[in-house]
Amino acid sequence: MTDLSLHRGISLHRIGAMILRYWYLLLSSWPRLLELLYWPALQVITWGFLQLYIAENANFFARAGGTLIGAVILWDILFRGQLGFSISFLEEMWARNLGNLMMSPLRPIEFLLALMVMSLIRLAIGIIPMTLLALFLFHFNVYALGLPLIAFFCNLIFTSWSVGIFVSGLVVRNGLGAESIVWTLMFAILPLACVYYPVSVLPVWLQYVAWALPPTYAFEGMRALLIEQTFRTDLMLEALFINAVLLVASFGAFLALLRSAKRHGSLLSVGE
Amino acid sequence: MTENGKASSRPTVADRGLSAAIAVDHLVKVYKQTRAVDDISFSLPRGSITGLLGGNGAGKTTTIAMIMGLVLPTSGRVQVLGHEMPEESASVLGRMNFESPYVDMPMRLTVRQNLTVFGKLYAVKNLADRIARLAADLDLTDFIDRPNGKLSAGQKTRVALAKALINQPELLLLDEPTASLDPDTADWVRAHLERYRRDNNATILLASHNMLEVERLCDRVIIMKRGRIEDDDTPEAIMARYNRTTLEEVFLDVARGRANGAKEAVR
Repeated sequence: MTDLSLHRGISLHRIGAMILRYWYLLLSSWPRLLELLYWPALQVITWGFLQLYIAENANFFARAGGTLIGAVILWDILFRGQLGFSISFLEEMWARNLGNLMMSPLRPIEFLLALMVMSLIRLAIGIIPMTLLALFLFHFNVYALGLPLIAFFCNLIFTSWSVGIFVSGLVVRNGLGAESIVWTLMFAILPLACVYYPVSVLPVWLQYVAWALPPTYAFEGMRALLIEQTFRTDLMLEALFINAVLLVASFGAFLALLRSAKRHGSLLSVGE
Repeated sequence: MTENGKASSRPTVADRGLSAAIAVDHLVKVYKQTRAVDDISFSLPRGSITGLLGGNGAGKTTTIAMIMGLVLPTSGRVQVLGHEMPEESASVLGRMNFESPYVDMPMRLTVRQNLTVFGKLYAVKNLADRIARLAADLDLTDFIDRPNGKLSAGQKTRVALAKALINQPELLLLDEPTASLDPDTADWVRAHLERYRRDNNATILLASHNMLEVERLCDRVIIMKRGRIEDDDTPEAIMARYNRTTLEEVFLDVARGRANGAKEAVR
């Protein structure tokens, strides 16, 4: 991969080659495909039934029907988006193929763009059946959210890419010993992003931390839409701004970690 | 650029770099307390095959990794095909390629899929024809649609070589290219490399522990020990200098510290 440079144009040809590489991999492995479907389906079924139970026993939640199952779907966009990005990256580490890519004309930005596209493809394979399950089993139509859904989706996927880029950099620098971070880091965001409860539940000092995270805006926005039937454009714009900062910062961190890996010779021994 | 992000001083390498395939000048790599590569300089003319010899830990892999841009030097400079590495790597990575036991091809992808992906990464024109040609040349046809993970070690080595040749590189870096091959296949691969060099005027830098291979293929040998260049000449001149009839004997002299004695005896 071309050293750290962004000069010259980005090649769609090379991005396409990497997407093709991951597509071949997906098609060659039914367990990989099944895994994409399995967890989202399990999530929506579990939480969907819980929502049914709560709706039957609490007036507020009955009125705010869908907040729980909507939160589950949006959380999965965030979580699966990052996993989709990171697992494609890890495939190169597991296959000991990173050296081949680093030595090819592929540039870091092209590699990351290909991973972003793959995260969308993997997400679609998992999330679309999940939303259909929610519709048929629990009569929750996430697509009825309309245009706001696009705003929620974009903000969540941008955050997932930022996290994915950063943890990929950590794995490049530290080898597969850092792999567990890929699977766990997003869970550190879960309580702070207020996925299942409003920000106001948190202590005041922790609310500042929550509002520093773009997903918080998406989940608050979803609740505002479902409970108050109000689309909070202000929340989405603020989240977009923070996401832009996070994306630039994560790309900078990735380049710095890649340079550090080259300085320490980590790319020659990408194992544990 | 070095690992400190500073451009080093510009001595003679700039002059040599324009005509040389590889020009290395006062290259140093230090890992914490270890000097893996200790102030080495050499220049490889285009169209040459050079063997890089040395025991384990001699600094061969680190040297090749710095030439490829996978490791940043602590100090010193590397020019590849007239371009500074790694700053100008975008200009040369498409014109070079490599094979190394430190990397694999994706196991679940078939040979054809792997070559297609790498061909696209290198923007190879008429890719299907190129793959068919390589498959015929390297005898891959029988298993071209089989996953890479289901191939024998020898077949994998040939596939890795096909990947290394996919873009018809001007510069080929090979780390143990015939390891794990049976003698017949290894000989066949060597013949292919010789032919490739001749037909394309390509430059090949080859790290190997197979002394017979180096004697047969290389018109120049660089012997490394503890990160330094111990000797650098044609195989014949080196064997004469050490008063030995094979490179293997020379290698043992160097590895066991008998090098100076042997050279003194000749003088």
